[in-house]
Amino acid sequence: MSNTLNLTLQVWRQPSTNAAGTFETYQAHNISDDASFLEMLDIVNERLIEDGKIPIEFPHDCREGICGTCGVMINGRAHGHEKGTATCQLHMRKFNDGDTIVIEPWRAAAFPVVRDLVVDRSPLDRIIEVGGFITAPTGTAQDANQQPIPKEVADSAMDAAACIGCGACVAACPNSAAQLFTSAKVWHLNSLPQGQAERYKRAESMVETMEEFFGSCTNHGECSEACPKEISLDFIAYMNKDYIKSKVKNRRMSSQI
Amino acid sequence: MLPDAGIPEGPIADKWDSHKFNVNLVNPANKRKFKVLIVGTGLAGASAAATMAELGYDVEVFTFHDSPRRAHSIAAQGGINAAKNYRNDGDSVYRLFYDTVKGGDYRSREANVYRLAEVSVNIIDQMTAQGVPFAREYGGLLDNRSFGGAQVSRTFYARGQTGQQLLIGAYQQMMRQVGLGKIKLHTRMEMLDLVVKDGSAQGIVCRNLTTGDVTSHSGHAVVLATGGYSNVFYLSTNAMASNVTAAWRAHRKGAYFANPCYTQIHPTCIPVSDDFQSKLTLMSESLRNDGRIWVPRDRDDNRLPQNIPEPERYYYLEEKYPAFGNLVPRDVASRNAKTVVDQGYGVGPAKNGVYLDFADVIQRDGRDVVEEKYGNLLQMYERITGEDPYEMPMRIYPAVHYTMGGLWVDYNLMTTIPGCYAAGEANFSDHGANRLGASALMQGLSDGYFVLPTTISNYLADKLGTQPLSTDDEVFQKAERDVVDRVQEFLSIGGTKSPEYFHRELGKLVWEYIGMARNENGLEKAISEIRALRDEFWKDLRVLGTKDTLNSSIEKAGRVSDFFELAELMARDALTREESCGGHFREESQTEEGEALRQDDSFAHVSAWEWHDMDTPQTEHREALEFEYVKLTQRSYK
Repeated sequence: MSNTLNLTLQVWRQPSTNAAGTFETYQAHNISDDASFLEMLDIVNERLIEDGKIPIEFPHDCREGICGTCGVMINGRAHGHEKGTATCQLHMRKFNDGDTIVIEPWRAAAFPVVRDLVVDRSPLDRIIEVGGFITAPTGTAQDANQQPIPKEVADSAMDAAACIGCGACVAACPNSAAQLFTSAKVWHLNSLPQGQAERYKRAESMVETMEEFFGSCTNHGECSEACPKEISLDFIAYMNKDYIKSKVKNRRMSSQI
Repeated sequence: MLPDAGIPEGPIADKWDSHKFNVNLVNPANKRKFKVLIVGTGLAGASAAATMAELGYDVEVFTFHDSPRRAHSIAAQGGINAAKNYRNDGDSVYRLFYDTVKGGDYRSREANVYRLAEVSVNIIDQMTAQGVPFAREYGGLLDNRSFGGAQVSRTFYARGQTGQQLLIGAYQQMMRQVGLGKIKLHTRMEMLDLVVKDGSAQGIVCRNLTTGDVTSHSGHAVVLATGGYSNVFYLSTNAMASNVTAAWRAHRKGAYFANPCYTQIHPTCIPVSDDFQSKLTLMSESLRNDGRIWVPRDRDDNRLPQNIPEPERYYYLEEKYPAFGNLVPRDVASRNAKTVVDQGYGVGPAKNGVYLDFADVIQRDGRDVVEEKYGNLLQMYERITGEDPYEMPMRIYPAVHYTMGGLWVDYNLMTTIPGCYAAGEANFSDHGANRLGASALMQGLSDGYFVLPTTISNYLADKLGTQPLSTDDEVFQKAERDVVDRVQEFLSIGGTKSPEYFHRELGKLVWEYIGMARNENGLEKAISEIRALRDEFWKDLRVLGTKDTLNSSIEKAGRVSDFFELAELMARDALTREESCGGHFREESQTEEGEALRQDDSFAHVSAWEWHDMDTPQTEHREALEFEYVKLTQRSYK
């Protein structure tokens, strides 16, 4: 049976990108421990509206851990302390009565705050649009079973492709680097036979676009620790390997020397 | 008058081919002269945008999300059907077509469904070429699983994240075109009106959700790929932001809304735990492949489920439907769960669920095999409920999941407004009164990849040499003013209750009276209570803050106000359809065994509703459904 919790929340409130922000303190009383973290915020917001106060804006949509919309820093950790769990799947039974919870937006220069806990993650889309795809215009495909792909290869690609694009890796990184996000996509596509034609061009353009927006990786490993899909750090090594090779294997370069 | 659906002549297997030959074409060099606006970036929107940009059209895409990768197609778990017959188990395009028409309880168009089955094989090829990591066998070939409503294994999947992988595939293909400058992408832009002049679609009016700016966008054609309306129930498996507004605004501008009462209740979701619950979580139907559904034979059995001996368990689906067992279609599985729970056999703290048990398969195949197939689903269940499904059966109950109804479209996917198209869940076309599992992904991609890019030229060809209407035109200016006024009205009501409150109350009414079982009295009551609540909404709504920043209360208020109008139409449609079919169960029309009883003589038609104004109820138009190939029978899964 469920229990109820009384919590103190310290929430980052910021009216808009260029306005100054501040922590506000709210009491969240009688929260059922069956509620999800976001349902707890729903309850707080309903009470704020009742009191005539502007509710907290927070990012959320599917609430089943797959769309990647949600994500806040909970007590300094991206998506909170439960491993492999997005904010929307974190439940209040993981907290204790009387806890103080500090809630902040993703912290990274590349992700400016839109309002309160909502940030702009569009640089992640910029990385995809320069190479995070396999060029296969509709209508050009052969029969899907023409090209067998070893199960291990398909499984490894799927492990990488499980990324939900939430940006927790960037938020958790002391350098605000996006290597885990980028390498997950690079490895998903570069490890598959279908992705070979553009392999090195992809690695090069995605890495270089990433570097326009984000910090550099110094192998802290905080990203993988925070990742709700537990994407492996290994993919960063694979990406680096392909990136280095791209500088010699890229045919675009071959006639220019 | 309902326009002709434009079904091509000839044998069913040749209709799509001959139609492709007969449509007007736009030559490759001229395609860039046509601007197509696509609203929504789910499977249908993203695949249509990518494909049309590849063809050379000038494409603009709009999504209210912060990134096009977030659309709710992403949450589909189980799989996508295709008539590949890779299992050699007797599958064919014709069988997929037949299963889909039958599964839809004979309330869909034969020609549309045949086309869907036909292109299903191309979808798998296309997505594999995009790098979608479908599950494979050790030999490297694609794996399949079975799904409800079919006796062949034709479902392709990527762990329990098939929707995610397909959506990301289509998203990547679309982003390539964004990167190449062929698509202009607008994020955090919500379409709040369709602009129509001289009877045809000219463009849309959007509100920028970050800045509050209201802007007009004009094009030669508009595609609405804006999803379904399950959130009219408040609690559903849809994402929080999924809504009917784009489709509803088009309806108010002249697009007929078809079969709104056809809503699908998915049989395997996690039961409601409390009042604060904001949404329901689906557990993929694929779990029914290996899980067995049961309740204790004794209503007051308080033992832990694992301690209840076999003879004291009631495997109601296996007993009632020996041929299909736990794999009966969704509507049948859902209604049976409701029946046993209503009879007092429910399990769990609120006695509002039934067991879905993996003990047998874990014993037979081992825990590793179960984990490989369903690991992420079972983990999700554990997170939400705090119970371990490897040790204890899961508790499940039906929840609203998908809406078969939607904007009426012809064979070209054009609505009753020339130049305005609807694709994916937003249209009504392929699933009849009930959708089979693993068919939503198939339809979204079929519409976006293969149907729309082919059929849209039929409309555009005549427009060669014309420019899109200027956004300075009075129709655009008026639509902008209407949107601005509406936002202002939400802010100025100054009442006491939040949009969330009204949404929740509306959802309770819709679930109670227009949910899994409907009857005349209930539906009439629903109409009057929905109206009363809507009046209260417009008097007592409280939206705080301002309109020039991100303000989700404004977004929510707009969506809820449209849900009110839709809910009333759903009730009216359900009232008019005095038969049971698929997801629409009228208590007055059932067999002696309590199964849905169709009335083919009176109701083998599509009901398409025409909007007049707020004070005049919509008028019904009927499109007769003709069945040349499929034999109408009482569905039996025994």
